[in-house]
Amino acid sequence: MAINLKNPVVMLREKRLGAVSGYSGDAADLCKKSHDGKLKDLDRTFSQCTSCSANQVKNQLVFIQDAAVVEHGPAGCSGDIPGRNMVGRSGRRKRKLPVHNLSYINTNLTEKDMIYGGTEKLQSGIREAKRRFNPKAIFVTTTCASAIIGDDVEGICNDMEKEVGIPVVAVFCEGFRSKIWATGFDAAYHGILRKIVKPAKKKQQDLINIINFQGQDIFTELFGRIGLRVNYIVPYTKISDLERISEAAATVQICATLGTYFAAGLEEHFGVPEVKSPPPYGIAGTDAWLREIGKTVHKEKEVEELIVSEKDKIASKFEELKKKLEGKMVYIGAGAAHGHSIISIVKEYGMNLLGATTWHHDARFDCNDDRTDSLKHDVEHYGNFKFSVCNKQSYEIVSKLYKLRPDIYITRHAGTIWATKLGIPSFEMGDEHFGLGYQGLINYGELILDTISNPLFVKNIAKYTKLPYTEWWLDQDTFAFLGGQK
Amino acid sequence: MSELIQEPRHFCALGAQQTVIAIERAIPIVHAGPGCSAKLTTAMSSCGGQQGSGYAGGDAIPCSNLVEKDVVFGGEKRLRSLIEGTLKVMDGDFFVVLTGCISDIVGDDVGSVVKEFQEKGVPIVYAETGGFKGDAYKGHELVLEAIIKQYLKPGYEKKAGLVNVFASVPNHDPFWEGDLNEIKELLGSIGLKANILFGHNSGGINAINDIPSAEFNLVISPWIGVNAAELLKEKYNTPYLHYPVLPIGGVETSKFLRATGKFAGINTDIINRVIKEKEDEYFYYLARSADFLVQSRFDLPKKFFIISDASYTLGISKFLVNDLGLLPVHQFITEDVPEKFKKTISEYFKDFPLGISSDVTFSQDGWEINEEIAQHNINGMPLILGSSWDMDIASDMNGLHLSVGLPISDRLILNHTYVGYRGGLNFTEDIYSKLLSKHN
Repeated sequence: MAINLKNPVVMLREKRLGAVSGYSGDAADLCKKSHDGKLKDLDRTFSQCTSCSANQVKNQLVFIQDAAVVEHGPAGCSGDIPGRNMVGRSGRRKRKLPVHNLSYINTNLTEKDMIYGGTEKLQSGIREAKRRFNPKAIFVTTTCASAIIGDDVEGICNDMEKEVGIPVVAVFCEGFRSKIWATGFDAAYHGILRKIVKPAKKKQQDLINIINFQGQDIFTELFGRIGLRVNYIVPYTKISDLERISEAAATVQICATLGTYFAAGLEEHFGVPEVKSPPPYGIAGTDAWLREIGKTVHKEKEVEELIVSEKDKIASKFEELKKKLEGKMVYIGAGAAHGHSIISIVKEYGMNLLGATTWHHDARFDCNDDRTDSLKHDVEHYGNFKFSVCNKQSYEIVSKLYKLRPDIYITRHAGTIWATKLGIPSFEMGDEHFGLGYQGLINYGELILDTISNPLFVKNIAKYTKLPYTEWWLDQDTFAFLGGQK
Repeated sequence: MSELIQEPRHFCALGAQQTVIAIERAIPIVHAGPGCSAKLTTAMSSCGGQQGSGYAGGDAIPCSNLVEKDVVFGGEKRLRSLIEGTLKVMDGDFFVVLTGCISDIVGDDVGSVVKEFQEKGVPIVYAETGGFKGDAYKGHELVLEAIIKQYLKPGYEKKAGLVNVFASVPNHDPFWEGDLNEIKELLGSIGLKANILFGHNSGGINAINDIPSAEFNLVISPWIGVNAAELLKEKYNTPYLHYPVLPIGGVETSKFLRATGKFAGINTDIINRVIKEKEDEYFYYLARSADFLVQSRFDLPKKFFIISDASYTLGISKFLVNDLGLLPVHQFITEDVPEKFKKTISEYFKDFPLGISSDVTFSQDGWEINEEIAQHNINGMPLILGSSWDMDIASDMNGLHLSVGLPISDRLILNHTYVGYRGGLNFTEDIYSKLLSKHN
């Protein structure tokens, strides 16, 4: 689907990618329905809190080194900011950058602004952001309140841009617009593509854009060995770096849920080819991913050598771990493409995947290329498995864990506490680079083994705590509220 | 004064979800957009010393996750089905519907929907906590008000010695659980039974049901809780004692016990005996550390800045001046204090012994606070007690920093307390351990 940079508002994932937040069945069926255009979203008559686009937008934008973010909303919309500040400080330390607080201002909309509008506060927020932080660009993000009262955020930003003399980018991400909070990533990238990135003056044939969060730097060394330089985007970049990402030879992403829009937009509007492959998790995924990179930057031979030497390095450790993990029961709950990546890892260890749930599902990605279909990759390589889509509904996850009692629950973003209260060992994956590539497979295997080898802590917690659910609920079918059945 | 917020600390009224979660087996039902509740959990629980989900918090919180069509057509139907679902799925004793901006702007008639359930005998109340209405202290007040006005029944019997305590706000006092329990223990030591309403073993629905039976209400804070005490006075004619200083350390705690004992009509001999015993213990340990605390080779801080809510800023100031002999420079109060309390609160900061006094600024904007602190040229290492936001200004000032208020992302908090005699000792340990770690 064409990416329209003229419209200040990004098209929602529901419309663009046929994304859904409710499904129950199996992976092969979901792939088929996604492919045939027969995937329909299902609502729930009972739900628990999820997340919103405004949250994900900041997950990228507040980490740009020399940009400021002005959030136009009531003070509570800033709730994610203290946590992001911690992430930003530790990330800066890891990347050897000066450590300081985020450059963020909230316009603090109050009752009177709901009546008279918040235009003046937004103008003052933009002026203050320029004065306080002296940034190279200001991103203005919207919220439910600012959207409903109808402030002309795009108009104000365009006017203020002239006054402050730097790009002032309106990013539309009010929470109520989309059920798919990953739309927030798209909104952030839409803003960057629309107002920051400049057409390439000359290409740098050895430079690779990597769309990522804040993971440890594993790519510099790996890609260095085949003569490529790494350009991590977006966290910890500078505006001047972002202006020139159009010069790269290719864009890769560690997670298509995160980067689908950005990678496709860079290809369509700035001629940077997107590497189209499944994610680099597990041996099969990593092989395919490296080979696609090799093809894109014309380094097929170097990549083949790299694959052989890297695989050789992990072979004996992998076999040793596999013997210990084979047959262990596992349940997975994670963001879409990242969830598919974890599935690859546990399947390669021969673990018994009892089921997986992802927080949403995109029927396709923006590039509309089957090679990037991470769920299909799993089904083709490892066979079919039970699968559901739930937007972090922890009552559904608890129901699954209560009934299935796996040896381990692996998650990203939700539910370790509930697994713990059930006495089930679990971990939440923070650093998405941890499990990436061949070495990542070993990292993951060791972490799983360490986690299940001493469950005494979680068993004790389970003994002394009670779940907040009724017996009635624990006896119901997990998806009883999906599609309005109850 | 700037209306903008840099370095946010107290978020919005919907933060009241943490107040509800702090009531044992109470379930918040959030009628709001999809991201509000999770953001506030991160803000107030994770960044409140990693206090976790509790019984039914975090991602277990029922929420209507309002979308575009609810903005256009209203969300009442969705709320009704959410409450019905909650009553089936969630195992709770008490339910509190909290609204967010969307519902409050589009004007959902939440009261009517909740009333349908109240009429069926469901223990449920609602508070309109749209984020634009104020910070989480405002939300806390609205929840207390909802409980008093919508839930508490008129008939009651007084229980001898029972006292409702309105002091620490969960999780805005990140040490709320330890602090409330310490207050309970202090009151217990002079023969009173404290109804602390929040936290482990506080009684949940039974504690709420007991509110009208209290002999008196005790507000221990410069302003928060006064509203609840006033409402209870109106509804049940319960008298209340407003004690503005959160007692931290020996001097204030003894004063607090005397004032409370006098108000409750407790025999002064009992009070004096308790105080004597506790003070002896307290000063034994302080004296033991005095070899270290009174010397200059460790760059011991002499002057202090506090950046926290009214309750902590005042309580800690008293402690640092009275018990540790430090000098106040300029203090900051970071929550949105209602105008009518501001003048009196400023006056509390003039009321130290020896003519010592402190300037105080009310501000929610970190920039404004940092600008003010940076103006001071402190000879030596100032003590800067605030939140995790304040590490930068502390480092610019060559200061000693300790996080004591929200957000706290650099500490794990279980049942640690800064209240009472024990709290004073804890405080001393924490400040000077931080100092010693700088020397290692």
